[in-house]
Amino acid sequence: MRLCELTITELSGMLERGECSSVDITKSVYERISEVDKKIHAYLWTNEEYALSQAKEADKKRKARENLNPLLGIPIGLKDLLLTKGVPTTCASRILENFVPPFDATVVKKLKERGVVVVGKLNMDEFAMGSTTEGSAFGPTRNPWGLDYIPGGSSGGSAAAVSSDMCIASLGTDTGGSIRQPASCCGVCGIKPTYGRVSRFGVIAYASSLDQVGPLGKNVRDTAIMLEAVAGFDRCDSTSVKMDVPRYTDSLTGDVKGLKIGLPKEYFVKGIDPEIADTVRNAAKQLEKLGAEVIDVSLPHTEYCIATYYIIAPAEASSNLARYDGVRYGLRVSGEPDTLINMYKATRDRGFSAEVRRRIIIGTYTLSAGYYDAYYLKAQKVRTLIRRDFEQAFQKCDCVITPVLPTPPYKLGTKINDPLEMYLSDIFTVSCNLAGLPGMTVPCGFSKENLPIGMQIMARHFEEEKIFKVAYAYEQSTDWHKRKPKV
Amino acid sequence: MGITRKEVEYVAHLARLKLSPEDAESFTARLNQILNYFEKLKELDTSNIEPTSHSIPMVNAFREDVVEPSLDVEEALANAPEREGNFFKVPQIIE
Repeated sequence: MRLCELTITELSGMLERGECSSVDITKSVYERISEVDKKIHAYLWTNEEYALSQAKEADKKRKARENLNPLLGIPIGLKDLLLTKGVPTTCASRILENFVPPFDATVVKKLKERGVVVVGKLNMDEFAMGSTTEGSAFGPTRNPWGLDYIPGGSSGGSAAAVSSDMCIASLGTDTGGSIRQPASCCGVCGIKPTYGRVSRFGVIAYASSLDQVGPLGKNVRDTAIMLEAVAGFDRCDSTSVKMDVPRYTDSLTGDVKGLKIGLPKEYFVKGIDPEIADTVRNAAKQLEKLGAEVIDVSLPHTEYCIATYYIIAPAEASSNLARYDGVRYGLRVSGEPDTLINMYKATRDRGFSAEVRRRIIIGTYTLSAGYYDAYYLKAQKVRTLIRRDFEQAFQKCDCVITPVLPTPPYKLGTKINDPLEMYLSDIFTVSCNLAGLPGMTVPCGFSKENLPIGMQIMARHFEEEKIFKVAYAYEQSTDWHKRKPKV
Repeated sequence: MGITRKEVEYVAHLARLKLSPEDAESFTARLNQILNYFEKLKELDTSNIEPTSHSIPMVNAFREDVVEPSLDVEEALANAPEREGNFFKVPQIIE
């Protein structure tokens, strides 16, 4: 067994017993990167010396019995929209190709305070706009379980790297499914926390009322350890919530007796691959065997989620991306003639991909005078109905279980030229962001083609503990999380 | 409610995006397809529904206005595509 294949829990035990050092683990991770990342392309930036210097620091700390915690000396990968002081952060966009942030995102600062080893920066869809990671300006990431298949997106690099042992765990972000979808496609765990649970300071914004940072890990416990480290109020993010962070690992009891689990009937309808529906239903049956009660619930406005999401997210994006103007940082391209407006246009033309420009135009249009009420305000009202659906469902159950994607991972190139088709594959994940709820992906099976399938667990606001409890009990009674792709 | 090519070009200008004639053509077609899909929301009567702009119950977050150290000028300008002294430099805007 190679060190890079192990979990945070296993490695922190070995480090503590002196069976290996952080330098050993980091070398093992880098050896793995040099073996497989040519095929997978999960990383946009790596630097072994940079990683090893952090590992040496962690080993020194441990020797001095300082800063002892489960993440001390553990190699972690970061999605390339989390600002890292002195390390390039591109958001997978040409417009930020040479950008080196002058400060760390709060989540990065928190991980560094725990003494993790930052391995490198992970690939994603440009500005997190996409569900396949084919939208990266620097080339797609491939699924470790099948190199012709998408790894999901937008945090495709974060999921593929964890799945193929190129880091021990990672951070991603999720605006409409961008942690949960790739986690499902690559067979790992990933949680989108409640809106406000984790600071967004220093996280390059896509849609500010929907974005959340969250961890991806090889199992439920690792994911819980990571969330515990990054969650909490941050005075630099006024939408982060002043609430204590629970010890998420305490909820990993394996006991789900008496918990009520809802299966929303609108998530098991025509159009969903029967293989997916059966796999997720079987997972619910397994939880029933473990003592949970499974009931049917209804989320009647599910069919309106995609339209609502694809109005709200681009509207917020059009405003957030206005800052890329070639003035203070990032790319600048001179216009012809060289006026300020021509400079803006030339910079944004060269810097943004077609999909990003398309979303900016949709967003600008739906926010413009005369259309605001018909689109943006309407979508915000429907958002209220979607939120209420969940409030009603959660009067009957503790959490709901659904599929993550309507199909197993598909081949690269299948939907890249049909945006609407790609948007529709987000059907089961966007509701969670619109309602601000926590949602987690846990591996629950494999397709006929041996590609991973995950299930989604959602609970009330700030009830991540309940999600972890259910996820852990399920995981411990199965062995999906132990399987590794052969790259 | 369709969007015309002229409107696409106007909105692109508002968003400071340059559109080639081919882009304007293909974007108009794509956007109409997407806007047409948005029509689905009209099926719902939302006349008495409050809009949600923030998904969790939360009111304004206030804090004391205290002067604290901020980024050093050199750090703040380190990514500038062009600078002059302690300023970001842009193409001339005043005759």
